[in-house]
Amino acid sequence: MAGGMFRKPENPKMYWKQFMLQCNDIGIGSLGIICIISVFIGAVSTLQTAYQLVSPIIPKTTIAQIVRDTVILEFAPTLSCIVLCGVVGSKIASELGNMRVSEQIDALEIMGINTKGYLVLPKILAGLVTIPLLIMLAMVLGIWGGRLAGTAAGIIDPSIFDTGLVMAFKAYNVYFALIKSVVFAFIITAVPAFYGYNVKGGALEIGHSSTRAVVVSCVLLLLADYILSALLL
Amino acid sequence: MIEIKNLKKSFDDKAVLKGVDVLFDDGKCNLIIGSSGSGKTVLMKCMVGLIKPTSGNVLYDGDDFVNMNDIEQKAIREKIGMLFQGGALFDSQTVEQNVMFPLDMFTNDKYTKKKERVKQVLARVQLKEDAYRKFPSEISGGMQKRVALARAIVLNPKYLFCDEPNSGLDPQTSLVIDKLIQEITQEYNITTIINTHDMNSVMEIGDHITYMHQGEKEWEGNNKEIILSDNNKLNDFIFASEFLRDAKRMRTIQETGEIPEDMPAGVKDAIEEKLNVDLDGDGHIGDPSKNKPPSKE
Repeated sequence: MAGGMFRKPENPKMYWKQFMLQCNDIGIGSLGIICIISVFIGAVSTLQTAYQLVSPIIPKTTIAQIVRDTVILEFAPTLSCIVLCGVVGSKIASELGNMRVSEQIDALEIMGINTKGYLVLPKILAGLVTIPLLIMLAMVLGIWGGRLAGTAAGIIDPSIFDTGLVMAFKAYNVYFALIKSVVFAFIITAVPAFYGYNVKGGALEIGHSSTRAVVVSCVLLLLADYILSALLL
Repeated sequence: MIEIKNLKKSFDDKAVLKGVDVLFDDGKCNLIIGSSGSGKTVLMKCMVGLIKPTSGNVLYDGDDFVNMNDIEQKAIREKIGMLFQGGALFDSQTVEQNVMFPLDMFTNDKYTKKKERVKQVLARVQLKEDAYRKFPSEISGGMQKRVALARAIVLNPKYLFCDEPNSGLDPQTSLVIDKLIQEITQEYNITTIINTHDMNSVMEIGDHITYMHQGEKEWEGNNKEIILSDNNKLNDFIFASEFLRDAKRMRTIQETGEIPEDMPAGVKDAIEEKLNVDLDGDGHIGDPSKNKPPSKE
């Protein structure tokens, strides 16, 4: 499938337009859900960390440190991307599947358009650009959600939380999360595109391929998470 | 002109096309007919390159499409317009955007010029302006076919392929689509190939008809010859339609002056009444219960 993707575009302007459209669909389209889950993940992790750290000898800044590192290293990239597998992955698989079944892809091919390059590549590239940005936003919102929940519940003072946030901060953790998000972005877009593009049959098969795409990309994502953690941490 | 030479296609061990030879002329509506599973869709898909044939040649004005490289095939494809069975319109685009898409992709014209061309082809397929901004899901099946036809001809193709253009349409709308395809074919002198099993289309616009049976070309001719053909397989296919059986009987009456034995009584009586002649010699014109005396003429 990848072989046919990298050919000279028939009209670069149209390909750029398609890329921007996909950036809007994947990036802006997923903004709402990413904001909601990030804030709640951060909030819950603060409450649960505070619940477990009952010893008076452990300073409260530790709560902020734990929330920061878990959000940056795992919650923001992995949990957000698992949600994106469902949101973006099923959309890509069903969109391409519907185009295949209703002969829209055939129509483009007969016009002489490289359908892999025009339909699949912009989706993958848009994912590679927008998903890391979404993950960065998720990190910020996750930590903010944790701070908000800690303050609202009277667990930790905002100034103590802020102090904890900058203590023993490793910038490498952010780089690691971004590397993960790029790999995850590829899985989230390429796997559903493969299933959607190659669907055969009718409406039922579109549903099957969409489900299969989400399941396979989720499993691959978790596998990639483990491999990257083992290699890079 | 498109020439098919000894075209064969097999899926696994099943031969779907068993060496088809056909010549499709310019400026004519070339129809491929046949029952479901006869290989006509596979034949069309092989011609446009959606399926690679096992062997044989597809010659577009002498150039062999099957053995061309990707760039050469692309050049041919830019001269092809195709009307799909379901229309294959892009769901996310309006009628106007659908028709403008090939212009956007393959021309560098300014927006106003493209819009003018879109307006022109949509008017050509008799689509009213209030439909231009609607999405495919908001218009009827007949309108979708017209939009798809407009999209297929917007780049002035040299070859037009139509896969079952009348499927899912009422007879009146089918007639409109058939007439449009015929007019466009003659107007632009394009090679039009239509895949159909609609016998009304066959009789209306069949300048050249190829009948496919079990992956082979069984018969070819035109719409005047088809109902008089003595090919049994073709007759089994076309005379499944009562209308065509009547047409053949009428032709027999015209040519021999005799009533065919299988003519239904009601039809026979109606013809007698119309011609005011006692054709079957039963002493009555039309329905015997009315007991009308035979004409003296």
